Amino acid sequence: MSTATHDTQREAPAKPTTTVGKAADYLDQRTSIGVAVKEFARKVFPDHWSFMLGEIALFSFVVLIISGFFLTMFFEPSMALTRYEGEHPASMHGELMSVAFASTLDMSFEVRGGLLMRQIHHWSALIFMASIVVHMMRVFFTGAFRKPREINWIVGLLLMILGLAAGFTGYSLPDDVLSGNGLRITDGVVKSIPLLGSFLSYLIFGGEFPGHHIVPRLFTLHIFVVPGILLALIALHLFLMVLQKHTQYPGGGRTDTNVVGYPALPVYVAKMTGNFFLVFGVLALMGATMAINNVWNYGPYDPSPVSAGAQPDWYMLFLEGSLRLMPGQGTEWVIFGYTLSWNILIPAVVVPGLLFTFLFVYPFIEAKVTKDDREHHVLDRPRNRPARTGLGVAFLTAFIVLALAGSNDLIATHFGLSINAITWVFRILLFVGPVFAYSVTRRICLGLQRKDRELVLHGHESGRIVRFANGEYIEVHTPLDEQERWLRVNYDSPAPLEIAPKTDARGVKRKGYASDKRWQRLSRFFYEDRVEPVTPAEVAAAHSHGEHDQLGESDERPAVEAGAGTTSREH
Amino acid sequence: MSENQNPQPDASHEVTVAPEAGNAVVPADRFTDPGVPEHKPRLTDTDPRAAKRAERTVTLLFVLSILGTVGSIVAYVLVPPDGTTGGVRLSTLLIGLGLAVSLLGIGVAGIHWAKTLMGDREFVQERHTLATQGEARETAIRDMNEGLVDSGVVGRRGVLKGAFFGALALFPLAIAVPLIGSVGGDWNVSSFKHTMWKRGTRLAIDPSGRPIKASDVTVGSVFHVIPETTEEFRESHEWVTEKSKAVVLMVRLNPEDLRTDQSPEGETWSHEGIVAYSKICTHVGCPVALYEQQTHHLLCPCHQSTFDIADSAKVVFGPANRRLPQLPITVDDEGYLVAQDDFAEPIGPSFWERLK
Repeated sequence: MSTATHDTQREAPAKPTTTVGKAADYLDQRTSIGVAVKEFARKVFPDHWSFMLGEIALFSFVVLIISGFFLTMFFEPSMALTRYEGEHPASMHGELMSVAFASTLDMSFEVRGGLLMRQIHHWSALIFMASIVVHMMRVFFTGAFRKPREINWIVGLLLMILGLAAGFTGYSLPDDVLSGNGLRITDGVVKSIPLLGSFLSYLIFGGEFPGHHIVPRLFTLHIFVVPGILLALIALHLFLMVLQKHTQYPGGGRTDTNVVGYPALPVYVAKMTGNFFLVFGVLALMGATMAINNVWNYGPYDPSPVSAGAQPDWYMLFLEGSLRLMPGQGTEWVIFGYTLSWNILIPAVVVPGLLFTFLFVYPFIEAKVTKDDREHHVLDRPRNRPARTGLGVAFLTAFIVLALAGSNDLIATHFGLSINAITWVFRILLFVGPVFAYSVTRRICLGLQRKDRELVLHGHESGRIVRFANGEYIEVHTPLDEQERWLRVNYDSPAPLEIAPKTDARGVKRKGYASDKRWQRLSRFFYEDRVEPVTPAEVAAAHSHGEHDQLGESDERPAVEAGAGTTSREH
Repeated sequence: MSENQNPQPDASHEVTVAPEAGNAVVPADRFTDPGVPEHKPRLTDTDPRAAKRAERTVTLLFVLSILGTVGSIVAYVLVPPDGTTGGVRLSTLLIGLGLAVSLLGIGVAGIHWAKTLMGDREFVQERHTLATQGEARETAIRDMNEGLVDSGVVGRRGVLKGAFFGALALFPLAIAVPLIGSVGGDWNVSSFKHTMWKRGTRLAIDPSGRPIKASDVTVGSVFHVIPETTEEFRESHEWVTEKSKAVVLMVRLNPEDLRTDQSPEGETWSHEGIVAYSKICTHVGCPVALYEQQTHHLLCPCHQSTFDIADSAKVVFGPANRRLPQLPITVDDEGYLVAQDDFAEPIGPSFWERLK
């Protein structure tokens, strides 16, 4: 088929002979699918293990849909009260509960494979969110969000937020004590919103908490609205990825104008399909062997009991921790008789608001302080952007401190510590930790850059000490090979912004100077300390110390044979 | 290393260092790109026996997957859950292990195949600037402008444009208004402020609903309390909602330990050291359920707000700001504990119009 030429008629000149060929020809004559095959079959994708993280997110989403479909066949999203007729588990027999909870018990105990699917579904949700977060970390630290991928970064962020929404709405469906208390916390948070709080609470619950509308409403959101938007955005995310072609790690022959890697057919198709089955397999293994959310141990929702040591799913821990850390005393203001609850608004609205705003605006801020309008397809090594890497680690530190604070009761009971002391430690760490993490990370990055410079200038230490005829001892340094060196010198090191002076030639004050000045200050924060890549001239200069002529001449010979001749010296 | 002495500007970088490079410092003198590393053949590329071995491994893994699927179905048929938790666990484990072997077999086989037998030569493809270039760009701009001119909205008919956008912005209201009007039930948010406790309502044990005699409450004991009501009501939805507001935690302290409670001057809201406080945390509404007898502290297990029962349930630690509202209690003629009235203030988390 591929031999079609322009001057022949409509029919393909070579008639297909194989079954696959005939099928393809049949399809092509009706859909011109050949164009797509030509475009994509041998499309090159760069290869790196970290490019698999997003795949894991995608595949756990597929597993969520498969296992979720299974569950919808047996789940009844109704809050009508019923007495549980099932014999198993015995502790629940004859209990008054909602139909939703009863059907959850039924699918766990009576439907063969039902509990397996519930557990696979729950584990998949946890892995889905985890792989999204780790994938985002890869994208952030390697600068993959830079032009032209800012839009896809935003799409990815929206996917993460929708993932949180999917997790939250699904978690509450079984109508058990644990998730019911989670909903109650949500209700408390919603009520704290100024002016609208009470009405939003009514809007969500269809009246007073808990009412009898919330489970069917969450069900519709969970199986229709949220996954629908998720699917649409995933399609957009992948479409943009294919359109813009994947980024690649720096290395020999890889530039911003090419893409180096393996063809989609067969290598990528095989690896991706294999990865899907691996992800599904591991999730099945988790679902088979690791019990999760045994709702029959908690019992149906009842507004009175609560269990100690209860934790939300991990991706909600940071919000829980945020709520736990906020000191309450004096934070509830009454203004003209209206109540404003900072003790809830700050941890539940302001803190996550700040965290998400940082993620949304970061690519644009960085582009602005770098004054960068180029297309970037080669990734950064994190060390080459010390400020960005430092900010990313600071962000993660804040996130982890909040998540740990969300488990402060478990930390207290496991290590026999005072919960008040732990809470205070986390309160302080939330502020000190990110600053400390930023500064340490930035220093480490700068150190690694200097180490790279050292390596390029002087080569690897070989551990071999050589004595010259004149009695001088030196350590033999093996020069880096071309690929090693290229990796360490091929990067941009932006300088802080330079701005036009405050006044023009005639001494008239320039408009917009104050704003420029602010951006310059921010730019200095990013790029004040820089380590520039080594230039060939610098290498030449480093080699020119001492036995310069001799070294230059013998450079091309292999190190071992050349002995002291190939050395450059430690200065 | 010989090229170092004679550096050549890298052609590909020359192109990208355009004015839009901004403040990236690009020295004129740079190393040259050594190009894509040479392909190193794998064992399976050079040794036919290794290739054959890899082929056999892949085949074996696919067979293992088939066995996993069969095993899973065998487990489904032969090990039905007998209803006990252990039986359900066993069935889950066996079906799940079969499924996992079936999936992992395919996954590992596919990746092993790709890594050992499929070509591993790297290809280089050119990227194209994403922005539309040259003639296509000009055509697009021209078509766009022609379309706008054809529509007749350019530069005139402000009222038309206003009406168009106005209509588009407003039409969703026809759906939103009925939806929002009904989605919040009766929208009577003032019901947050009241519970079903009334003067004379007996305090009853949660969940049995049995009324409590003052004489049955020993010093140091804790009762989870609901208002007494009919059995039928306790099987209705309204009950779950009412209970969410009405639950109370009742403790009997030594009267001398009870430093203060919330009753105003000249009244008493406790009965011989028995005090009853709302069980709904004033932070975000979790049931405050952990009572520590020695310190008289009541701890919310959700966010660790801690209240001092001996001192009018004021906050001693954690994110809550307000004390737990007290239920005024007394005893009736038969010696049962009863409420004097509803709570004096709204229970649970704060909301905007709480004090209005």
